[in-house]
Amino acid sequence: MRRPRREFLKLVSLILAAELVPAGSALAEEWNKPAFAAKKLDDLYKALGANAPQQSDQVVLIGPEIAENGAVVPLELESKLPNTEMLAILIEKNPNPLAAVFTLPAGTLADIQTRVKMAETCNVYLLAKAGGKFYYAAKEIKVTLGGCGG
Amino acid sequence: MGNPMKIRTKLDGDVVLVRVLMSHVMETGLRKTPEGELIPAYFIQTVNVTYKDRTVLSAQWGPAISRNPYMSFKFRGAARGEKVKISWVDSKGDSRTDEATIE
Amino acid sequence: MTTSNLRAPARWLAALAAGALVCGAAAAVLAQDDRAAQEIQKYRQMLEEGNPADLTEARGEELWKTPRGPKHATLEHCDLGLGPGRLEGAYAKLPRYFADTDKVQDVESRLVTCMMALQGYSYADAIKNWYQSESDIQLLVTYIAAQSKGAKIDVPATQPREAELAAAGESLFFRRSGPLDFSCATCHSHAGRRVRLQEVADFLLPEDARAAMTKWPAYRVSQGEVWTMERRLIDCIRQMRWPEPQYQSEALIALQVFLQKQANGGVMDAPGMKR
Repeated sequence: MRRPRREFLKLVSLILAAELVPAGSALAEEWNKPAFAAKKLDDLYKALGANAPQQSDQVVLIGPEIAENGAVVPLELESKLPNTEMLAILIEKNPNPLAAVFTLPAGTLADIQTRVKMAETCNVYLLAKAGGKFYYAAKEIKVTLGGCGG
Repeated sequence: MGNPMKIRTKLDGDVVLVRVLMSHVMETGLRKTPEGELIPAYFIQTVNVTYKDRTVLSAQWGPAISRNPYMSFKFRGAARGEKVKISWVDSKGDSRTDEATIE
Repeated sequence: MTTSNLRAPARWLAALAAGALVCGAAAAVLAQDDRAAQEIQKYRQMLEEGNPADLTEARGEELWKTPRGPKHATLEHCDLGLGPGRLEGAYAKLPRYFADTDKVQDVESRLVTCMMALQGYSYADAIKNWYQSESDIQLLVTYIAAQSKGAKIDVPATQPREAELAAAGESLFFRRSGPLDFSCATCHSHAGRRVRLQEVADFLLPEDARAAMTKWPAYRVSQGEVWTMERRLIDCIRQMRWPEPQYQSEALIALQVFLQKQANGGVMDAPGMKR
């Protein structure tokens, strides 16, 4: 696992500033265009007062070491932190790094599986919000080109 | 109305594991036709799951979620015979809702 | 001359050293290869849950039971070899000889026979857009194959016409041709072969043949849709830079008779999920 770059933290700041985690309401949030449109991490830094996420062993990102096809990369997102209310997937080298955000009401376990597209080998970050603070885990996933290229 | 989803549930005590498979092209907007034209972005943006009229999960997705999305999640307080309802809305405003009874 | 004499031992030593380095490097690469193969296996296992082909199967079932075509009939009386409407285990016994058409047929050609006889479609209409996503054939074959889950592949190819095609298929498998001078066997006849990081089944090895054939039709992740066996064969042949055989041609049926025969005993688990 590589240490996060400053850019990652800036992207996180944008997401936090864009209020992807609305207090209270969980229904029918408007799709957060600015966060999903964020391309260059430098341009995204707007947030003030957003906590820099801390790496935590309690945040667990499970995925393959090698994905035979970058179009379908299975991920399992877990957080052992009490009161985890949000999980988000950031894929460092995708054109738009934010892949998904999951909002978890009380009673829903912080244990989600899904599949994402990865443009190329890079770090995938799992961001978790718990108890008002932000934490993350990172995992490098290699993406290969298999077969005859067809 | 979008294509039907396949929802499976597995109850363990009062925790239910829900697995859902959706049918959606999840186009990124970056692919090109053989003629070189960009295929416009078209993907599920929001997903909402309710159980007995309370939201148990909501999600916002970008086009980086794989085509024909698969998702699984778990929540407490579930009981046999009750329904889990899953809805999605995509970038064209199309939507789909399906439900499954917990067995 | 003196110089070259002096150099010789040095060169010999250098060669030895280089050899050792290469061997060491090769061992490292082999170990890495094994590790890569293991990781890819893990990746495939992670994908086994939640196969989008399940949705295709559901749509195929609907199509099977919907009255369609000029005769406005369903396919529910289609005879895939076990009798009209008997679907369970039928895919596992195909290709086979059918007396009513006097041909050896695979699932796709037999399906077309039913679409024509029961529903009144013309051949052209039945195979219309067969290669396109969500084509009738794609949906129906997925449904049919799923009804053979758990059944063992049983293609003895003993009937004379079946045996004839099995031999033709085998000969096609080994025949080198095209600008690359490739045959199927070039890649598919040695254990542990790979194209880039994708493992290639050795069809001369029963367990490899079974592992491969029991999972078709399959949802191809790289295509985002289900492909039938004929479609996969045509595409592989295209990638060998051979001319593409016509859809439902005897060459494709012959190849399938050979491949299924190699895979006899394998337990069907289709639709599968592949790269």
